[in-house]
Amino acid sequence: MSALLSVRDLVVNFETEDGVVHAVEGISYDVEAGKTLGIVGESGSGKTVGTLTIMGLTRANNTKISGQALFDGSDLLSASEQQMRAIRGDQISMIFQDPLSSLHPFFTIGAQLIEAIQAHRSVSKAAARDRAAELLTMVGLSDASDRLSQYPHEFSGGMRQRVMIAMALSNDPRLLIADEPTTALDVTVQAQILELIADLQRLSGTAMIIITHDLGVVAEVADQIAVMYAGRIVEQAPVAELFANPQHPYTRGLLASIPRLDRDRSSGLEPIAGRPPSLVAPPTGCAFHPRCARAFGRCSAELPPLEPAAPASAHLVACLLDPAARSRPA
Amino acid sequence: MIRYILRRLLWVVFLLFAVSLITFIIFYLLPSADPAALRAGRQPSPSLVETIRQQLGLDQPWYVQYGRYMKNLIFHFDFGFSYQNGVPVRQLIFSRLPASISLAAGAAVLWLVVGISVGIIAAIRPRTKLDRASMGLALVGISAPVYWLGLVALYLFSADIGLFPILPGANSYVPLSEDPFAWFTSLIMPWFVLAISFAAFYSRLLRGNLTEVLSEDYIRTARAKGLSERRVVFRHGLRSAITPIVTIFGLDLGILLGGAILTETVFNIPGIGRLSYSSIVRSDLPVIQGTVLLGAFFIVFANLIVDIVYAYLDPRVRYE
Repeated sequence: MSALLSVRDLVVNFETEDGVVHAVEGISYDVEAGKTLGIVGESGSGKTVGTLTIMGLTRANNTKISGQALFDGSDLLSASEQQMRAIRGDQISMIFQDPLSSLHPFFTIGAQLIEAIQAHRSVSKAAARDRAAELLTMVGLSDASDRLSQYPHEFSGGMRQRVMIAMALSNDPRLLIADEPTTALDVTVQAQILELIADLQRLSGTAMIIITHDLGVVAEVADQIAVMYAGRIVEQAPVAELFANPQHPYTRGLLASIPRLDRDRSSGLEPIAGRPPSLVAPPTGCAFHPRCARAFGRCSAELPPLEPAAPASAHLVACLLDPAARSRPA
Repeated sequence: MIRYILRRLLWVVFLLFAVSLITFIIFYLLPSADPAALRAGRQPSPSLVETIRQQLGLDQPWYVQYGRYMKNLIFHFDFGFSYQNGVPVRQLIFSRLPASISLAAGAAVLWLVVGISVGIIAAIRPRTKLDRASMGLALVGISAPVYWLGLVALYLFSADIGLFPILPGANSYVPLSEDPFAWFTSLIMPWFVLAISFAAFYSRLLRGNLTEVLSEDYIRTARAKGLSERRVVFRHGLRSAITPIVTIFGLDLGILLGGAILTETVFNIPGIGRLSYSSIVRSDLPVIQGTVLLGAFFIVFANLIVDIVYAYLDPRVRYE
């Protein structure tokens, strides 16, 4: 079956005064209709830039983009700005990290929702308003029609994110991109929002890309997981397989740094040593080798290809270590 | 909101009181020419000067004079008489006010239109030649003193001494009520000269604001909705970036309504600015007091209007 979104060899570079920033260095992935892809990585791994580029939101004079992003068979990267505008907010929509700064402080919630609807549907303002109230009810806000005339600052963080979700779903998109949708929220609210997103996705059958640095988040909602490091995908697998059998030392490091209730407290958390690499002058070879406890001679010289972890496996990993050696403790 | 406005109005009254008192005190504390001697003309007899001093009430202590001034002002809206020619100050001010309003309002329209459009163009094309050229030019505009600009403009374009004599020069002001066309042409040069530095400042301010706003997350949201770039910039971007401009505009206009001294002097426009300048030169306290109070009134009133407008522009601002 052909994927709804098929990204091939996506490269995004920014020319800045400090040099060329290699934000995304050739990533490929597929998102099937109705399925969820989780993209995991730390800040600066290129996970957000990659999806913003697919939306056509990083286009600028100093941005160099190459590769393909086939959405329903047509390439988004070479589409005109006009075509992209018709797709954004209609076919593909996005939820952002910080719901306070992502809503315009001077416009009412209603005005912002109605605008999103009328950008793609030629409906009357009254009809759009009814739809907006319906959307707010759908994301679990009570007194929806009163809420429409309120401003973002009158809402709590979780409510604002619900509004963002309502806005993103206003035109029944086929692909929803959620960029760290729970990071800026209180811990108590995070689970509710995540559950809401998962429920609405099930109801609408939309496909989703969820971007996060939190493996716990993707464990709950994703079907596939891609782990990114320094602009590249270093490991990609179905969610259960990735948690059961992590291959890349970076993925293993991420898992080891999550606190777990079922582990002895004295074993402690293991942070990943070192700092994220520079994207202007990335390390040679495998970008993770300076922080990798198991790096050996070839790691600093050779770029590991993303290959099946076992023959014909859907589990892909980019590591030069011998497969048998990866799971042994360092 | 109503209570807030009432409280602010009380504050306006108090401020005007304070301003009038300070003006009086400065006049009497600092050395100035003797108004009676100036009024008496050349080589007057000491008795004549003394008579004039008594007629004007200048022989009384300053606080008695102040009390009498305030009593007339409050109960009769009477600003007193000019020491120089005995004309009521109220009449002087009202006859000069239309010229100052004409100058300030025309220049304000000009600098808003120019400043805002240049600011937007520079902000949506950052780091291009157009941006750099307009912002560089704006820096020159801000730095050029208005009296120098005025003289250069007269030298270039005025009908009497100009290299390209296409516009009426200094001293050509005609009231609107007499001849609208002559009023308009006579003010073209003063409007431009007065507006240049404001337009330059506003364009740089708006460019900065708008550039910053356009990198905000909510602008990215607007783009992600699939809105046209025009709608993103003008509805979402400008709406935020224009708010500080509104604040400054109110204050600038308030200050200018109280008289644009330099521009009025260079172009010899009979406005409040020139009236206050000549009254200071002649130690004409009632006229000084009148123009200072008028200027202070415009400024504090503009401040109040700005604060009220702000609450409508930014829904997060609420007064109680």
